[in-house]
Amino acid sequence: MAQTAIRATAINKWFGEGQARTHAVKDVSFEANFGEMLYVVGPSGSGKTTMLSMISGILRPNSGTVKIADADIWSLSSDDLAEFRLHKIGFVFQDYHLFPRLTTAENVALPLILQHKDWDAALVEAGRNLEIVGLQNRAQLVPVKLSGGEQQRVAIARAIVSRPDILIFDEPTASLDGDTGRNIVSFVHKEILNERRCIVIVTHDSRIYEFADRIMRMEDGRIFSVERSQLDA
Amino acid sequence: MPGTLRIAYKLLVNDRAKFAALLVGITFAVFLMIEMTSLFAGILSRSSSTVINIGASMWVMDPAVQTVANTIPLPDYVLDEVRSIPGVKYAVPLYSGGALLKLRDGTYQAANVVGLDDTSLFGRPQVISGNIQDLFAENAFIAIKDAEFYKLHDPKIGSDFELNDHRGVIVGIARVASSALFGVPTLYTTYSRALQYIPSTRFTISYLLVEPKSTADVAPIKQRVTAAGYLALTREEFVQKISDFYMYQTGIGTNMMLMTVISFIVGLSISGQTFYTFILENSDKFGALKAIGAKGRELISMILFQATFVALTGYGLGVGLCAFLIWMARWRLPDYAAMITFRNLGTAFVMVVVIAAISSYVGVRKVLRIEPFDIFRG
Repeated sequence: MAQTAIRATAINKWFGEGQARTHAVKDVSFEANFGEMLYVVGPSGSGKTTMLSMISGILRPNSGTVKIADADIWSLSSDDLAEFRLHKIGFVFQDYHLFPRLTTAENVALPLILQHKDWDAALVEAGRNLEIVGLQNRAQLVPVKLSGGEQQRVAIARAIVSRPDILIFDEPTASLDGDTGRNIVSFVHKEILNERRCIVIVTHDSRIYEFADRIMRMEDGRIFSVERSQLDA
Repeated sequence: MPGTLRIAYKLLVNDRAKFAALLVGITFAVFLMIEMTSLFAGILSRSSSTVINIGASMWVMDPAVQTVANTIPLPDYVLDEVRSIPGVKYAVPLYSGGALLKLRDGTYQAANVVGLDDTSLFGRPQVISGNIQDLFAENAFIAIKDAEFYKLHDPKIGSDFELNDHRGVIVGIARVASSALFGVPTLYTTYSRALQYIPSTRFTISYLLVEPKSTADVAPIKQRVTAAGYLALTREEFVQKISDFYMYQTGIGTNMMLMTVISFIVGLSISGQTFYTFILENSDKFGALKAIGAKGRELISMILFQATFVALTGYGLGVGLCAFLIWMARWRLPDYAAMITFRNLGTAFVMVVVIAAISSYVGVRKVLRIEPFDIFRG
């Protein structure tokens, strides 16, 4: 039986006060397992991003708990939580957020540098991860010299360079054309996902649903349904 | 260097346009601040040139004297009074005044004439051509080879001139530590000859130069001179009094201070604005770093490092530029009055540190307010 990677229990989040208060996530509970690729889908404003931020230790819920590999992340101090994210969670942002003034290798090495790893050793490790995503010959280029798909791969290399247990993808195909997006997610499913890693992807893109192990639909801040994917079927 | 600071360094210098704008802002501000304060220091130094060049330990003068050029003659009995003070080793009179010379070609040239005590020649300059003893010869003057020397038509030993219908002869060329402020050449002669050649008032002694027996005697001498209705100052006190006059009782100090403050504001505006834009443009990246796991203090150290690096580099360039331009100016204008002092450098450094602190404070505030959640929200 797969081990639980993320356990969210009755998490709530609201913004604003009084009449302006918006209840973005309402009593959401779910589990995600190691070795699983979980998609979170739903219309804009359904609370996907807010929920993603809470389970990745970026946005504190108003109530409820989030456990990652049995650690209650919201009981940690802010420094400990930052340290936890640095070692346990990898992020691939929608717009990649690569530093345009750093080389591709330096961008990938950032999490290791934040972990105070030796500079040269971090760059060597970054090179290995660029090789995994097939960009070993782009290491010394700056991100603006790369295509959108290549930038996405660099962001993936950065996310996995510190060997995190959890990978969070925010709209990974939003800035890519259909084929490139599909290829990227296929690559992630084949090469990055393993039994010691859980990947959570927030997406609107139904063309990549085929790679999901489970698809969690959100509407109006609640989980509307959880389906096994076509791969299991 | 820690990796995070190396990242900060690369983010800064690889953004060449902003890095250049930051450096230009700080360099320009430092250049202006040091140039202004150096000009003022040069003027102040030259305003006290006679005091520095004569080198007496103590000076006795009328209490109303404000600068060394603004002499108020002392009666002869003051010399006797001062010589009678127990702590005085010796005291000699000094004449300092302006004169109008008629040069060999018939042109007139204003000059400053210093009359040294006939017996001791105390305060004599360093003779580089001729012999100091020749000052006792008939009509003898020594010309000071400073930035104004050429105005005497580059005299040589034996050159002559007229001073108030008296013939004067150059018997030596000498140099002094500091040129005068007012752009006129300086001649040294004996005290008695100065009185003989230059029309004078009833009282004739410009200053009394006093050497105390020991430093412990300075205070009693000052008390006795004060009791007699005059003022005794040490060399340093007299230099300070002259500096205070130019700084606080003329417009020079205020103007220089205003220019320095304006330079500071210009530097602060350029670097503060550019640095803020730099942070603003990278705010999403800093947010991403926060999301990945960078702690607030690491981001602060990155920003402080960037601000410090720019400030110190700009400071070095500004000082270098200022020194170069002063050197260039002196090459073309030997009497260019500017002097870079440690105090000027220190003042500019403090101001640059303030510029860096304010710029980085703005950046730090912005970065600390970035919510990683906003990165997800786009």
